[in-house]
Order: sequence, then C-alpha cells, then structure tokens
Amino acid sequence: MSVAIRVIPCLDVAAGRVVKGVKFENLRDAGDPVELARIYAEQGADELTFLDVTATVDDRSTTYDVVRKTAEQVFIPLTVGGGVRSTDDVARLLASGADKIGVNSAAIARPALIDEIADRFGAQVIVLSLDVKRSDTVPSGFVVTTHGGRRETTLDALDWAAEAIQRGAGELLVNSIDADGTKDGFDLELIGLMRSISRVPVIASGGAGRLEHFPEAIRAGADAVLAASVFHNRELTIGQVKDELRQDGALIR
Amino acid sequence: MTGKSVVVLDYGSGNIHSAAKALERAGAQVELTRDRARVMEADGLFVPGVGAFSAVMEQLRAVRGDELIDRRLAGGRPVLGICVGMQVMFDRGVERGIDTGGLGEWPGAVEQLPAEILPHMGWNVVNAPSESVLFDGIRDERFYFVHSNAAQQWLLPPQSPLPAPHVTWADHDGPFIAAVENGPLSATQFHPEKSGEAGLQLLRNWIASL
Repeated sequence: MSVAIRVIPCLDVAAGRVVKGVKFENLRDAGDPVELARIYAEQGADELTFLDVTATVDDRSTTYDVVRKTAEQVFIPLTVGGGVRSTDDVARLLASGADKIGVNSAAIARPALIDEIADRFGAQVIVLSLDVKRSDTVPSGFVVTTHGGRRETTLDALDWAAEAIQRGAGELLVNSIDADGTKDGFDLELIGLMRSISRVPVIASGGAGRLEHFPEAIRAGADAVLAASVFHNRELTIGQVKDELRQDGALIR
Repeated sequence: MTGKSVVVLDYGSGNIHSAAKALERAGAQVELTRDRARVMEADGLFVPGVGAFSAVMEQLRAVRGDELIDRRLAGGRPVLGICVGMQVMFDRGVERGIDTGGLGEWPGAVEQLPAEILPHMGWNVVNAPSESVLFDGIRDERFYFVHSNAAQQWLLPPQSPLPAPHVTWADHDGPFIAAVENGPLSATQFHPEKSGEAGLQLLRNWIASL
C-alpha cells in the first residue's frame, strides 16, 4: 500500500466559534474556525474535522456558514460531525462544502440512517463516529456510549462498528472515552480490535499527548490519527507528528 | 486572471462549490451552471461527481449532461472529469454486481478495487508519464483519493494519427488509472480541488492548456 497515513486536527465548533481555547499567536481571531483551518492546512494537515457542539437549532445555521467559508479557502478534505440527524442534514452540509459527514448518536438511535445516507450520497461520505468505553457489560469489553461518554448503551463497540460498515459506513472514527483527555496515548487494544473487524479505514482518536503516541496508533492498525488539544495548545505541531511517523517508517504526505 | 472561462457542470452531484473556488484560485473565471449555451461556450468544462456510478449517470442524463459532454468533445472542446466524473467516461461501471452504462468515451469497465481496505481514502502518489501536461511540476506530489471503484485497465487502441493519450497510474493493493489526458478529454480519479497546493497546480496546468 502506498496511501499515506493521515494526520487530522479536530476543532470543536459552537455557534460558529471554536470552543476549547486555541493558543496560537499571531491570530487575528483565535476563535475563528476558518482561520484555524487555514493555518492547520498550511502546517500540513491531511484533513480537517469540525465537531459541531452547537446546543440550539438556531445556532446551527452558523455552522453551515463556517463550513462554506472554510471550503472556499482551504483545499483539503473537511469532515463535519455533531448533531447530524437526517439525510437532509447531510445534504445541507455537503452543499455547504463538507466532504464527509460524521454520524454518531442519531445512527445509534436509528441505524437505517446509515443506509439512507449511503444510498443517497455513497459510503465514502459517512464517517461512523464511536465514543467507546471499556466495560464488562459487553463481550468485547468495549461498549458504545453517547452524550460524550456519560451514557452507556448496550451496544458492543465491535458489533456496532461491524453493523455500521455493513450498512454503508465508509470510515470509522474510534474515540476512546477512557483515553480522551489523559494524554497517556491512544487505546491501542481498542484500535487493534477495530482494525481486526474493519475493512474500512480506521481513525484513532483520544489520548494523544506525546509524539510517540502517534506511531503506536499506526502500528496498532490505524489509518489516520486525530487529535485536538495537543495541536490547539501548541504542545505538538502537525509537522512534528508527521516527522515522528516518517521516522517510524510510515508513509507521510 | 488568465481570462479562461470554466463551467462547473451543476447537475446535482459533487462538491461543486469547493470545485468552483479551487478553479477560481487557480485563475479561471468560473460559472456553476447546466445551461446548454454556457456549457458549450466555456473554454473548459469541469465535470464533478461523487456517489454511486448509476446515480451519477442518472443525474447527468436528467439534465442532458451526457449530450453536452459528447458535443463538446466532438468539437474538440476541453472537458475535465473528476472522481465519478472520470469513471462515467468509460463504457460501464459495475457496482454490487449491477452493470450501468457510462458515456463510453473510453472502452472498459470501472470496477471495485481488489484491496484489503476500501474506500481507498487519503493521499497517494501517482506515476505520470513524462509527457503529461496535467502533472507538469507536480509528479512527485501526493493527491487526495476517496473511492472504492476505478478503471484498472487502459484498453483504448492507438488511433494513429492522433497523439497517444497520457495515462497516469496509481496503486492501492493493485494498479488503477489515476488520470487520463486524451485530446480534449482529461480526467482524474483523485480530487484536485481537495489536494491542497498540488491539486491547485494541476488545475492551473489544465486551465493553461485550454
């Protein structure tokens, strides 16, 4: 295989503004997702992900504006997730300039949503986003959660991922709730298990803190790595992560 | 501004706004339309396309895009197909065992890649012939692909005295066609409008050739 490992920064966006402070200097506006997207693209980001954490329906219209402005200025793939409930939501985001759409809790509530999106737009637009937690309640030891990890479902993460792929998900964004925020590294066991059942690309998320964590995730089977705070807080740059991956033998753009 | 005009064919498929902005950035005067006269007049026609081969063909036919492409090519007017907009230039596409007729500009079928991991998603290298105009100056760059199907054989026989087409290959657990430059008809399986600076340069190269 010759396709490069992807490094993906993720921005949480609410009502058109970046939430969770981003500590870049020389920014005209540190809360402007469009400006940050441009900077990350210049630094070598292979894709961008916006997670829309907007609370109210009214504010969601600003999300479409942000997506449109970003897609007009930044010529790398853009994934948008958060609050996607219907194929019409997907159509609006794609029309605004998103390339891929993350679906999470709405697909858990109604799995046929995945089939509907795949039938209308193709599997390649659907990123199934999973918030996964270690738990003894399911056979694999990894349970699917909702509400940012606060609520456990009864779904085994491996079963759910396999079903979603069957229904038409084109990619898995596997976020470890246990590892998220710890900066102790990705949940490598979880990534390995997801790789073993998935014939679609797997993005590792949650737990990145140091450079060596990124090649670990790739060796565990990830096709891409996603991180937020280490980039936003300037603890690591995209370039450093790519250099580390390259030194570990990974193909990098 | 080069003054070159490009129409992005607006037929309900593809990320047309990103494509339009990328073409503008690359120096073209861009219009999103399916208006027959505008499509025929433009210096270049950009044909996007995402999703299922059959759905894209249906959408194209619904606005008579198939005829417009055919007429432009018959008059030697440049066309650039992207992703599924490239795939439909072949005779047919096979998806989940269903065979769908394409535009038939090139012989052969577009079929699923024999790869372990699909879709082929991400930045990959290409092997462009030295005569390629599209890849001038960017042969060693990576481009952004997202697809599961592709043309895996080039079957067009040499058509002397016409110049031989330039066929660019890529690999994802097996070779497939990443781009074709065949007289007025060019196409890329990857998305130049999503391939950063390298993609913009490819668009500049195409616009300069119009």
